[in-house]
Amino acid sequence: MLVTEQDALRQEIKAWGDMYGRDRTALIPILQEIQRKHARISEYAMQIVADMLDIHPVEVYGVVSFYSFLDHKPKGRFVIRLCRTISCDMHDKDRVARQLQNDLGIRFGETTPDGRFTLEWANCIGMCDQGPALLVNDHVFTRVTPDKVHDILEGCRRAMGVHAQEQMQEQLV
Amino acid sequence: MSATQNKTGGMHPTTTGPLSFGSVKPNQGLQNAAKKSRADIIAEISASGMKGRGGAGFPTGVKWNLAAAAQDSTKYVICNADEGEPGTFKDRVILSEYSDLVFEGMTIAGLAIGARQGIVYLRGEYSYLRPLLEAVLERRRTQELLGESILGREGFSFDITIRMGSGAYVCGEETALIESLEGQRGEPRNRPPFPVDTGYMGHPTVVNNVETLAWAACILAKGAAWFKGIGTDKSTGLKLFSISGDCERPGVYEFPMGISISELLREVGGEDAKAVQVGGASGHCVPAKSFARTLAYEDIPTGGSIIVLGPGRDMLGIARNFLEFFVEESCGQCTPCRAGTVKLLEGVELLQEGRCSMKYLRELCALGETMQLASKCGLGQSSPNAFLSIVKEFQDEIMGRTDLAAAGKE
Ligand SMILES: Cc1cc2nc3c(=O)[nH]c(=O)nc-3n(C[C@H](O)[C@H](O)[C@H](O)COP(=O)(O)O)c2cc1C
Ligand code: SF4
Ligand code: FES
Repeated sequence: MLVTEQDALRQEIKAWGDMYGRDRTALIPILQEIQRKHARISEYAMQIVADMLDIHPVEVYGVVSFYSFLDHKPKGRFVIRLCRTISCDMHDKDRVARQLQNDLGIRFGETTPDGRFTLEWANCIGMCDQGPALLVNDHVFTRVTPDKVHDILEGCRRAMGVHAQEQMQEQLV
Repeated sequence: MSATQNKTGGMHPTTTGPLSFGSVKPNQGLQNAAKKSRADIIAEISASGMKGRGGAGFPTGVKWNLAAAAQDSTKYVICNADEGEPGTFKDRVILSEYSDLVFEGMTIAGLAIGARQGIVYLRGEYSYLRPLLEAVLERRRTQELLGESILGREGFSFDITIRMGSGAYVCGEETALIESLEGQRGEPRNRPPFPVDTGYMGHPTVVNNVETLAWAACILAKGAAWFKGIGTDKSTGLKLFSISGDCERPGVYEFPMGISISELLREVGGEDAKAVQVGGASGHCVPAKSFARTLAYEDIPTGGSIIVLGPGRDMLGIARNFLEFFVEESCGQCTPCRAGTVKLLEGVELLQEGRCSMKYLRELCALGETMQLASKCGLGQSSPNAFLSIVKEFQDEIMGRTDLAAAGKE
């Protein structure tokens, strides 16, 4: 990581500390912000958080490793979580799973080499009346059929294109 | 992403039957509560006979009373919106359409027990609901329904914040939820002490399900007698059910407590079911011959998850899916649950391969019963339920299987 990136991360985490406070109850909200922004919680980030909240980094790691939405390994920009629980299972989630793997060229638990997509299983996401259901980051898709998988991924790629341009413009300014 | 949502439909509306929540006058319950003494509010809830809608069925009036009696100047009201039980989505519908009622219920609970702070613990999977909920909270602040001197009553201050979960089913268990709010791993605590006594940050805390809080507001609006007049003696009032699986009209339905399974199946178009899983993965599997049984605390208690299993369903596949869920979601703190769920899952695999002796099956059942007794929290105490009821009711179907290939072994 570049020194400037490290500085930026430290500034960001400080700002979240100002927002959520500097006691232990602020830990998870801060980690959630880091995860959202950076699609991972690096060891460096954990160290900064630990220093700021005056707790041992192992404590922070213990929390990160407990929750399935927090991860210290890098994830893709889009995390696709397909529900594998009962009602979705009964509505052919296996076919959707297969198509996701085919179209992304990865298996569950993996991230595409370009860092765009991570494919994961979810447990029941509360859409059981409309399975199979999946989450793309915070967005829900229901009654997903194998032929819709392509459209969903294309939508992500388009959103990413727009996003990437915005980011480039930001950097130029 | 919005383009994607449009193109592929994103999520679809959930079918709901008529819900009473739609017919209650907004903030009537809160206005009535603001004119009552704290004891009278709790008396109203107690008189309604309502039991918690989150699954455990603890009488809400008793819970509030305990928290009210606790001596502490700081207390909390927590709305449990972690809704993780497989097959449950009623709280999502309530939060999407009737969040005012939930916040109203929290505010009433705050007044009743003497809490100034409420927290909604919203599951991470429902992040998309957060902007809506924050907007409703903001509006309630401007309407003087939150903040200082609510509805002009001096000393009645209450505000609500939202905190997000991070994808852990066990955090729906109230002590794990509190651990999580305190910035810890979501590992359940020993009880006692109970949260009403030693809860969030060590202060007396009421943890209630989303639906419980919404009904509390309705009870204050329409009176305890209205609620008590519905349902059975031991299970009063109305309840929301999340219905999914093999039926024509899955969705969220409101029924009086004490409805029979066969009546419910008629309403949702699932009459030909072979069995019904009541209470989600941690609940019980009820075979067709018992469909006259009722959904009530005195018969089959439930948080409202109903999964209809059609004639062609493979019961072992169902048991396996549930056990995979528990293996994944066990927090691993205690041995009966951590090791037991894995053993039961291996047992199901043996059954699927047609290689399980009756002797071993009996051992597995004994293990399941031990887990029910020896596990530290409700997760391990209830994870064997589905397995045990499927073994009991469908023994003929699951023994001596020869369908290795068809059984889904990957
Ligand atoms: C593993 C586990 C998960 C739970 N998940 C939830 C949940 O998602 N929502 C909920 O309201 N209660 C859940 N509960 C029950 C809570 O511990 C608690 O009893 C409930 O929130 C109390 O609210 P009530 O009295 O209004 O029902 C869960 C319990 C266990 C053991
Ligand atoms: S029963 Fe399971 S989930 Fe509950 S404390 Fe023990 S290991 Fe954790
Ligand atoms: S079972 Fe898939 S959303 Fe509930």
